[in-house]
Amino acid sequence: MLKTLALTTALTLAAFTVQAQEPRRGGTIRFTAPYAASFVSNDSHVSNQIQDDIYGKALHRSLYNWDSANNKPVLELAKSVEVSADGLVHTFKLRDDALFHNGRKMVADDIIWTFTRLMDGSKSYPAARYVRLLKGAIDVEKGQAKEIAGLRKIDDFTLEMTFTERTEPGFLFNAATTSIYPAKEAQAPDFFNKPIGLGPFKFVEHVPGSRMVFERWEKFYQPGKPYADKLVISPMGEAAARDVAFRNKEIDVSILGPTQYVAYKADPNLSKGILEVAEVFTRNMGMNPGFKPFADKRVRQAINHAIDSELIIKRLVRDKAYRATGWLPLSSPAYDKAMQPYDFNPEKAKKLLTEAGYPDGFEFEWTATPNESWGMPIVEATIPMLAKVGIKVKVKPVEGSALGGIVAKGDFQAYIWSNTSGPDPLTAMKCFHSATPQSACNYTTYKNPAVDKLLDEAGATADTAKRLDLVKQANAIVYADAPVWFFNYNKAVLAYQPWLHGLQPNATELALQYFEDLWVDASSPAAK
Amino acid sequence: MLPYVFKRLLQAVPILLAVAALVFVMFSVIPGDFASTQSSDGRSAIDAEAVARMNTQFGLDEPVHVRFGKYAGKLLTLDLGTSFRTRQPVINSLSERIWPSLQLSMAAMLFAIAFGVPLGFLAALKPGGWVDMQSMIVAVSGLSLPQFWLGLMLMYTFALLLGWFPSFGYGDGNPRYLVLPAVALGVAPLALLARTTRAAVLEVMNADFVRTARAKGNSEVRVMRWHVARNAAVIVLTTLGLQFGSIMGGAVVIEKLFAWPGIGSLLVDSVSLRDIPVVQACILLLVLFFLIVNIVVDVLCALIDPRIKYS
Repeated sequence: MLKTLALTTALTLAAFTVQAQEPRRGGTIRFTAPYAASFVSNDSHVSNQIQDDIYGKALHRSLYNWDSANNKPVLELAKSVEVSADGLVHTFKLRDDALFHNGRKMVADDIIWTFTRLMDGSKSYPAARYVRLLKGAIDVEKGQAKEIAGLRKIDDFTLEMTFTERTEPGFLFNAATTSIYPAKEAQAPDFFNKPIGLGPFKFVEHVPGSRMVFERWEKFYQPGKPYADKLVISPMGEAAARDVAFRNKEIDVSILGPTQYVAYKADPNLSKGILEVAEVFTRNMGMNPGFKPFADKRVRQAINHAIDSELIIKRLVRDKAYRATGWLPLSSPAYDKAMQPYDFNPEKAKKLLTEAGYPDGFEFEWTATPNESWGMPIVEATIPMLAKVGIKVKVKPVEGSALGGIVAKGDFQAYIWSNTSGPDPLTAMKCFHSATPQSACNYTTYKNPAVDKLLDEAGATADTAKRLDLVKQANAIVYADAPVWFFNYNKAVLAYQPWLHGLQPNATELALQYFEDLWVDASSPAAK
Repeated sequence: MLPYVFKRLLQAVPILLAVAALVFVMFSVIPGDFASTQSSDGRSAIDAEAVARMNTQFGLDEPVHVRFGKYAGKLLTLDLGTSFRTRQPVINSLSERIWPSLQLSMAAMLFAIAFGVPLGFLAALKPGGWVDMQSMIVAVSGLSLPQFWLGLMLMYTFALLLGWFPSFGYGDGNPRYLVLPAVALGVAPLALLARTTRAAVLEVMNADFVRTARAKGNSEVRVMRWHVARNAAVIVLTTLGLQFGSIMGGAVVIEKLFAWPGIGSLLVDSVSLRDIPVVQACILLLVLFFLIVNIVVDVLCALIDPRIKYS
């Protein structure tokens, strides 16, 4: 593990050493959005798909940004924030130099209008789940109020937010789904035909299913940025097609799957342009305690011992993952380096099963999608391993888009999925709090009073170090209770052309880049 | 002829309604709904309140028969509904995609006709000869190669190795961008057209009226043009009409592969996100295209062959 980490760090550092040149102005960045064949719409508020977040980083800005280097949210549209002693009231001093693409200055009213829009109950905007933590936001959602009581404009550049619980708003308000829109302009009926925002690039055109084109916003508030004149983002859901386009130098970046990862690493040229990051996703097999054998901790632990996760990662996932040693991943601030993975030990697994009353094993149904990294191929690899300890698997294949609904309803004995486990460790661990419903993210209906207590204490404390320590303890208990088979943490891999610089190792999602920091040197085919 | 066309168009209405009902029922019974797909990437934990709210907003919490009644009522007034994903009228999404799809389908069809018909014709002139053998190889390969694989091979060869064409994208209607997806889409119909043309021409060439035409002293060119080609064209045109459906279906794969902004790629994304109004509209549109093309084919057949009368 340490070797892997060292290698990743070295690769990342190497990438940044190469990139530590004087940025060049001009040229076109040809980016790809790899998760679908199109973008949903020109309205960043309506979609919480990563695909749409990608273009949102060019066109819009939210109250916070994600600082990839330090792996934490940072203020973006505000210069400073003061937090009350109880942690509920946050007073933001907003930037006075952030201009929308029509040249108008952003003021507190724009943020208030945007957040109020997000709470429009008739529209079901995905970011409502974040804004709902503001005092009075639910009343707006239910149509019982027109204004969010927890948002108060002190002056044009001072905004007070009152939350219903102690929270870190940086984790809530950094995605494109919370992009700040110009209050008055966004209400025009044709606004979304040519939307404007606060981002580093201005919207030029959207050819649905083909590309989104942007040009530099000269009055962007970060001096000298963005560097590129133009940005073209092409949605390309097919990995094989992206591979050809990348090798043909038609695109500047490509997200790689396991097969391509191996091929690119083996290629002397392509291997020079690979950026790897341990993303905040934990691949796991969730076990439903409603299915009798899984109600017993020893059975769940036995499954963790019975599967040779290391072998599967190496052979099937092609080392494009890190072995999981808990729920919180390597890039989490609460990751515990001292934790060790469940060892592959079929004998121990057999012993645990015997102690639990299943000496001859049992049969269970495993719901899985076709995903190559955390779906059917992985399940198929585990079948003979589980069979050796007497556990038979009946596979229930489902479509990727159906999995979320099935799991949220508890309609499974076991499922395999890749779930977010960050960036906020407390939020991630709250998925194991007994108060969190299964339909939210406590998919295995996990319940342990000790974990609840630790998480409640972590939520109540203002001391960051103490909070992380409490979360770490909760993570360790959950790991020992094994509500899931802890498989791996995703290693996201981005291939980039040698002329592209300024990429950020974003652990929340590597495809999400802040385009103002990217630049192309003179060797790019689109340098002019 | 016009009353016939009108009658055929009227017949299309129940077909479209039946297709709409079928698609509606299918998407009502398969697992997954729009709200739950919003968390399918595993990034966002499912917000139960949001799921409930979305289901209410889109009417998904109503019984199936009520939803279908409302949908059918809207459809009769040509209202295709509102997209779950974009919260915009479905017609907006469709209108942006129709022209690129038509461009691609027509280019694929032209490619198939331009190469398939002459190939079949030449093969029929000397059955068992070299051209016939080659056309058989082309036909078998064209029909058996998966379009996805063929598209990738075309990309690899003509974009990456030779650098003749771009490997993906729309390129503002620049025909260079159209070539590879159109060829990938057109190869299967080309193969079938070649075989159908060969069979049709062979059949007609042995007909009595062709022998009579030759006996009357008509030149071989005239016999081929006025008697063989015209009579074979009816069969070829009918195949062509049916193949249009396969081209529209194949476009679903090819458009996604080549990042071509047509109905096919919209359909793929809409299915995976369970944006049912858009899925229904896309399928209805594809069916409508198919019906219209086949009406046009029937009319053309009647124009070519005076023996065909529609009443």
